[in-house]
Amino acid sequence: MFSLREVKYKHILDIEEMNIEKSKVTCIIGESGSGKSTLLRLLNKLISCDSGKITYNQQDLNSCDSVQLRRTVVMLAQLPAIFPGTIRDNLLIGLKFAEKPAVNDDKLLHVLNMVHLNKSLDDESDPLSGGEKQRLALGRVILLDPEVFLLDEPSSALDEDTERFIIENLVAYTKENSKTLIMVTHSKKVAQIYSDNIIELSQGKIVRAREV
Amino acid sequence: MNQVIDLQIWQMLAAYIFVLIVMLIVKLKGIPREKELLISSVRMTIQLILTGYLLIYLFDTSSPLYTILVLIGMEVFSVHNIIKRTKRKLSAELIRIIAFSMAAGTISCLLYFLLVVVRISPWYHARYFIPIAGMLIGNSMTGISIGVSRLTEGMELQKNIIEGALMLGATPKMAAKQIVDHAFDSAILPTINSMVGMGIVFLPGMMTGQILSGTSPVTAIEYQIAIMLGILGSVALSVILFVQLGYQTFFNDQSQLI
Repeated sequence: MFSLREVKYKHILDIEEMNIEKSKVTCIIGESGSGKSTLLRLLNKLISCDSGKITYNQQDLNSCDSVQLRRTVVMLAQLPAIFPGTIRDNLLIGLKFAEKPAVNDDKLLHVLNMVHLNKSLDDESDPLSGGEKQRLALGRVILLDPEVFLLDEPSSALDEDTERFIIENLVAYTKENSKTLIMVTHSKKVAQIYSDNIIELSQGKIVRAREV
Repeated sequence: MNQVIDLQIWQMLAAYIFVLIVMLIVKLKGIPREKELLISSVRMTIQLILTGYLLIYLFDTSSPLYTILVLIGMEVFSVHNIIKRTKRKLSAELIRIIAFSMAAGTISCLLYFLLVVVRISPWYHARYFIPIAGMLIGNSMTGISIGVSRLTEGMELQKNIIEGALMLGATPKMAAKQIVDHAFDSAILPTINSMVGMGIVFLPGMMTGQILSGTSPVTAIEYQIAIMLGILGSVALSVILFVQLGYQTFFNDQSQLI
């Protein structure tokens, strides 16, 4: 699905070869500053590599329409953007950006359940805690139903139980729907339990890539 | 009753004595601003005297070349002033867009106003052309100045929000919409406020000046209404051009935030 060859980005990433498989869960691990988030940003085409080649479904990323690509390969940042307005507004704004039809409240509530956020759709999003905002943003991404999820530490602000509940839901959802999940995580345990493949980065280079 | 009072030298001096008294009060109260009051009073006097002589010369000679030169001078000065007032470093492309928006917004409104509304003849009649150009350009300059600050500030401080929208598949236009709208609102607000308060809270300077110099209040008001509509059009048009073109300079052709 994603294939990287001789990819360099500033002094942050230097990847000789990397392949990410379709319909699999791939976890990216490594110490902070190892280039994990930069890798996701490259795959979402928020940035472009200085040299080398990245392809998505055999198509060179440089020749892809960035906006269309991001609607298929959606990214969730570690500190996700929360827009002014209610929880409903924040869920629906993703669909609006992606120019997809709005959905009814039942569907929105179902997504809130999936991310274990027990709030009313009419609640303001601003007073939510860091962990709640993270879950709201994750719900927004799930609602978009993309081909590929690029998630940067989606559970970094959550306690262990909530983390397990949400990641389990998410992995089950992606497996059932043949989606591809590429997730940066600080937790080796999460990577070990839920992923099909683990890629470990250190100082911008791949130190280990293995199947679980 | 209708006789215009021509101000004599001693009357002008009396006005300066008034400023001196104010300066004395400021000094006695220990507010260290008497220098600024003095410098700005002297500067304003010299600028206006020179402008007065220049206008007399331009009205007497009335040539299209001089009128256009003055217009270009005003545009250049206003663009320079906008750049100087903005605290952030502006890209060369953004500066070109500021110059284009100022020129296109103000000149199109100016020509419409002079040729369709006031219907001056010849078209370069300096007595009408220059003061009206000054008012349109001055107000658009203030508008774009605020627009530049709000846009550059928003794009810099809200990077997280813009990138968050891009990640979800937003086009740069969608991602920057909130900042663009806010920049437009802030830029146009002073003009709208001044229109709302006009005639009730204060009498506009141009109208007051015309009335004091002997023009009938009805004519003065007619001109004031027309010029305010011209100013609104000119400010709105130049600011719309600026924000709509300006936000694009923060993205590259791959829809990435630069």
